[in-house]
Amino acid sequence: MARHATDADFRTKLQEWIPKLVLSPSIALMLIFVYGFILFTVYLSFTGSRMLPRYDLVGFDNYARLWGLSAWWTAVTNLAIFASLYIFICTAIGLTLAILLDQKIRGEGMLRPIYLYPMALSFIVTGTAWKWFLDPGIGLENTMHLWGWDSFSFGWIKDRNMAIYTIVIAAVWQTSGFVMAMFLAGLRGIDNEILKAAQIDGASNWSLYRRIVIPMLRPAFLSAFVILAHLAVKSYDLVIALTGGGPGRATELPATFMYSYTFTRNQMGTGAASAVIMLMTIAAIMMPYLYAELKEKK
Amino acid sequence: MSIATQGTDVNTGKIARTFIYLVLLVFALFYLLPFFVMVVNSLKPLDEITGGNMMALPDKWTIQPWLSAWSSAQIGVEPTGLKPYFVNSILMVVPAVAISTFLGALNGYVLTKWRFRGDTILFGLLLFSCFIPFQIVLIPMATILGKIGLAGTIPGLVLVHVVYGVGFTTLYYRNYYAAFPTELVRAAMMDGAGFFRIFWRIMLPVSGPITVVSVIWQFTNVWNDFLFGASFGGQSQPMTVALNNLVQSSTGVKEYNVHFAGAILAALPTLLVYIVAGRYFVRGLMAGSVKG
Repeated sequence: MARHATDADFRTKLQEWIPKLVLSPSIALMLIFVYGFILFTVYLSFTGSRMLPRYDLVGFDNYARLWGLSAWWTAVTNLAIFASLYIFICTAIGLTLAILLDQKIRGEGMLRPIYLYPMALSFIVTGTAWKWFLDPGIGLENTMHLWGWDSFSFGWIKDRNMAIYTIVIAAVWQTSGFVMAMFLAGLRGIDNEILKAAQIDGASNWSLYRRIVIPMLRPAFLSAFVILAHLAVKSYDLVIALTGGGPGRATELPATFMYSYTFTRNQMGTGAASAVIMLMTIAAIMMPYLYAELKEKK
Repeated sequence: MSIATQGTDVNTGKIARTFIYLVLLVFALFYLLPFFVMVVNSLKPLDEITGGNMMALPDKWTIQPWLSAWSSAQIGVEPTGLKPYFVNSILMVVPAVAISTFLGALNGYVLTKWRFRGDTILFGLLLFSCFIPFQIVLIPMATILGKIGLAGTIPGLVLVHVVYGVGFTTLYYRNYYAAFPTELVRAAMMDGAGFFRIFWRIMLPVSGPITVVSVIWQFTNVWNDFLFGASFGGQSQPMTVALNNLVQSSTGVKEYNVHFAGAILAALPTLLVYIVAGRYFVRGLMAGSVKG
């Protein structure tokens, strides 16, 4: 009898511990490979590491050096241009397509996958396709010339001042359909009684959308912004495949800067500092969003 | 015209409707064009590309570029074609997706049905880890993989993808299980069912839809990854890295048709998955990461 009781006790104890035990491998992996590694990189950013990690502290030298480098400023400026255009254009196209597609369109089932399929591709594939499409010698410009439009010229990808915009084009191509899907889901979730009432009141289509529908899509706008902003900061593959950071250094982004400084130029300390800046940028965008999400669900 | 409308569409005239269809079709063209150009030109001999119009259908159809991309094109220094790298990607994707999805299911189950003090903070930490720029972990990861002897191996890449994928899979399963009635779990506990019994017999049988989502999401992400593959791939580089090497190679004549065939080969698995199960993919993206 007594033995039975301790047995049951042990059982309950075990049942209490099992969930935590099951969760622990993932938590351990996360604490080491995410947060431990973040701390390690932060530490490295204060050391004089070159080709291999070193542990001598140099204070804020790397950060001072970083912000003194014209290559870093180019990368940051490019990110500002790229991110703002990318976020704005994706949102504009996504919203427009979602609203238009929501007008009881025949063939919606056909159009949606066409808008969305670029999402399934790797940025390397997207970059390969657009690199060629935008190449003046064989791509769009050449085609227009062959079709008789001789004055047509589109050489952005070879132009130092314009090349960053080709990255925007390819990135928008890849993700705007996804943003469309987010807005479409938002639109389908709106209670149409409100709209009917407004229509009966004689509101025009334009004011209906501007005053009622779009404000109700606020959560979708917020999600789209967070997703697009973090994708923009992380952009790496697309630049590698489309321009390789060139012409010259004209399309370097922080992600490509970090990689080349750390692994090919052997300036690991500076590379780590740039990674820390990238992380802080993302944290500034994500933290309030995550905080609100988690609080709401509690 | 006072027919009640369903949904959020508005009453539109004939001209407006024509305009709407026009805009939608122009965008469809925009999305299809680059892929169309790739497919068409992957079926042309090289001289038709350099001397011709990219929009034109091939004069002489050929599958030679595809064969070359698959088995004989120069990748880096070896004329192996993309085949071995395709195999690498498969060997990497299957375990990475299986493990991260399974862990995600267990985590989601614990975080919704066996809650304990501090679980929200743990989940928050896990969630934030989905969004970190991976540059912040590249240096320590390279060091550690070297130390434990997994640098440049498939198991090393699997480990990396499991670690950075488990946040997303946990997020999916957590949101999904949160909607599952906790009373059922309680009732099963009253009847004496334990932690794993409830998981196998009650939770897993209803997890079909979210598993589809998690698998598609992980498959697409892992297959399409370039950064980790390029950094830690070593002798076991995945398809994306090989494709980039093929396209960027500076030696010899640029065989554009082979590049396109290779690009489509690299895109094929995710495209197939997308075509077969795309609807669930989208639905899952909505329900999971972006609660709109």
